[in-house]
Amino acid sequence: MDGVLHQVFSGIASGGIYASIALALVMIFTATHHVNFAQGEMAMFSTYIALTLIEAGVPYWGAFAITIVFAMVVGTIVQKILMEPLMNAPVLASVGVFIGLLFIFNSVAGWIFTYTLKPFPTPFGEGGPLLGGFFSRHELGSTAITVVVLFSVWAFFRFTSLGLAMRAAAFNPVSSRLVGVPVATMLALGWGLASGIGAIAGMMVAPIVFLDPNMMGGVLLYAFAGALLGGITNPLGAVLGGFLVGIIENLGGAYIVGTELKLSLALIIIVAVLTLKPAGLFGKVLASRV
Amino acid sequence: MSRTGIIIACILMAAVPYFFASGYQLFQLTLVVTYAVAILGLNLVTGYNGQVSLGHGAFYAVGAYTTAILMDKFDVPYWATLPISAAVCAGFGFLIGLPALRLGGLYLALTTFALAVAVPQLLKYRLFEDYTGGVQGIVILKPDPPFGLPMTGDQWVFLFTLLVGIVCFVLSANLVKGRIGRAMMAIRDQPLAAEAMGIDIAMLKTRTFAVSALMTGIAGSLGAIAVQFVAPDAFGVPLSLTFFVGFVVGGGASIVGPIFGAIFVEFIPNIADEISKAAPGAVYGVLLIALMFLAPGGCASLVRKAAPYMPWNRKTG
Repeated sequence: MDGVLHQVFSGIASGGIYASIALALVMIFTATHHVNFAQGEMAMFSTYIALTLIEAGVPYWGAFAITIVFAMVVGTIVQKILMEPLMNAPVLASVGVFIGLLFIFNSVAGWIFTYTLKPFPTPFGEGGPLLGGFFSRHELGSTAITVVVLFSVWAFFRFTSLGLAMRAAAFNPVSSRLVGVPVATMLALGWGLASGIGAIAGMMVAPIVFLDPNMMGGVLLYAFAGALLGGITNPLGAVLGGFLVGIIENLGGAYIVGTELKLSLALIIIVAVLTLKPAGLFGKVLASRV
Repeated sequence: MSRTGIIIACILMAAVPYFFASGYQLFQLTLVVTYAVAILGLNLVTGYNGQVSLGHGAFYAVGAYTTAILMDKFDVPYWATLPISAAVCAGFGFLIGLPALRLGGLYLALTTFALAVAVPQLLKYRLFEDYTGGVQGIVILKPDPPFGLPMTGDQWVFLFTLLVGIVCFVLSANLVKGRIGRAMMAIRDQPLAAEAMGIDIAMLKTRTFAVSALMTGIAGSLGAIAVQFVAPDAFGVPLSLTFFVGFVVGGGASIVGPIFGAIFVEFIPNIADEISKAAPGAVYGVLLIALMFLAPGGCASLVRKAAPYMPWNRKTG
């Protein structure tokens, strides 16, 4: 029983990371109807920036803050320079650009920081496990950070006028423009925000999986599965889905399929959701007007 | 281009390498044809039918493994593995498409992406190890030219691949020109109107997916014969992304597009490698993005724009 509980708790910890990436994906998807395949690589690159800063002597939380700002600036620039000119181009052209970005970030990271695995420090200390031995300090800390981030994003969209403007720009660009919302700026901000969230997720996952240029591959897939399980139209659902996938992944990996087929679990989850409940657990069933 | 033009082009494609290309160049050209067929399969489902697939590497893998297992364990001659591999891949594609195709394009993209991630793991899985050879993969023998033809094995493999490739391209061109092709495009552009006109959308989408998987599976078989080796890690996400890049570069809903796409994905990485040994991926990415800006519709759209100025289309007099 203790073993099961342990798996559940570490599932919650990794689920939080999937939830963050899932949230970043869903944000960009609702705003632009694009799935950013480079999301994971951008997060990985930001994590390297954090490591470089820490190694240069910047205190952890200072590096943490600088990295988030850096990631948001990069996200905004990418949207402004690469995505905006392609707004009226075929969707496939923007997918091509996403894949190009994926190659660039991956390759540049390997070039500058080499492909060797690097340990990444955790800010929560190395001390013994907490809560009756079920949670490591880092797992507890990163889950707390994730929850704080997810809650602030929710509050930002729910209670600030900027958040409202961003939702409006995503929901109905034409009407928003008519009432004076600068839609292009809102999209760029959305990209910045998503990129910042990705960076936090990267910094939280790196102490667990070690840092290397291909760190985010599996994470991105679980995030996809989480977003789908929770409902890709619903940010809160995507978050819950991320946590659920984390738990399923850990339990399944430990007791059902073994670690070598862990990634295939994501495929099973995705196919099961699509077959049984296509809108996801918390998603809206979309009806289109004929 | 007229039909005679196409036939002359095919003969030239077959003859030029025979006389001029060295062994390694011939191998690269064989891979170009193989990739072109794989990308053609992707183009049928994504370009003509509007269903984004990010996991066609999985069907390529199934095709390659079917051929390798049949040749290695059951002593089936290489040419006889192609129809079997086509049937297996079509069935596999139909099954994968069944749950996903009833839904929007993004869901299919996610499902196929997950498939691309899962395939190397499944191929390594120990229950199938007796057949798949596990991590080591399977080594197969290079086919000899038949009837004592005076050519090397490489030359024969190239000609064989080219022949199968031409058949695939002709069949696809006919498919998209006919009634079914128009129905495929109608579903892509106006699903509601298509359904109102009596097209069974889910069925046609699933069937298109099966045909697409079949083409890509055949390409996988050809690839396995050319490379003479299959191993799980060659069929991961990068391969699926390669096909997708080739598709986007070539341009959607085009029969000639996949040829340009295949040339791009086969040769540009080498060029990128020569430009920068340190970060070839970055150069590749920049070239890809640059191409997307110059020709958002892919190379096929450039060809379409240039066509009226070509000598064979110019009005005389």
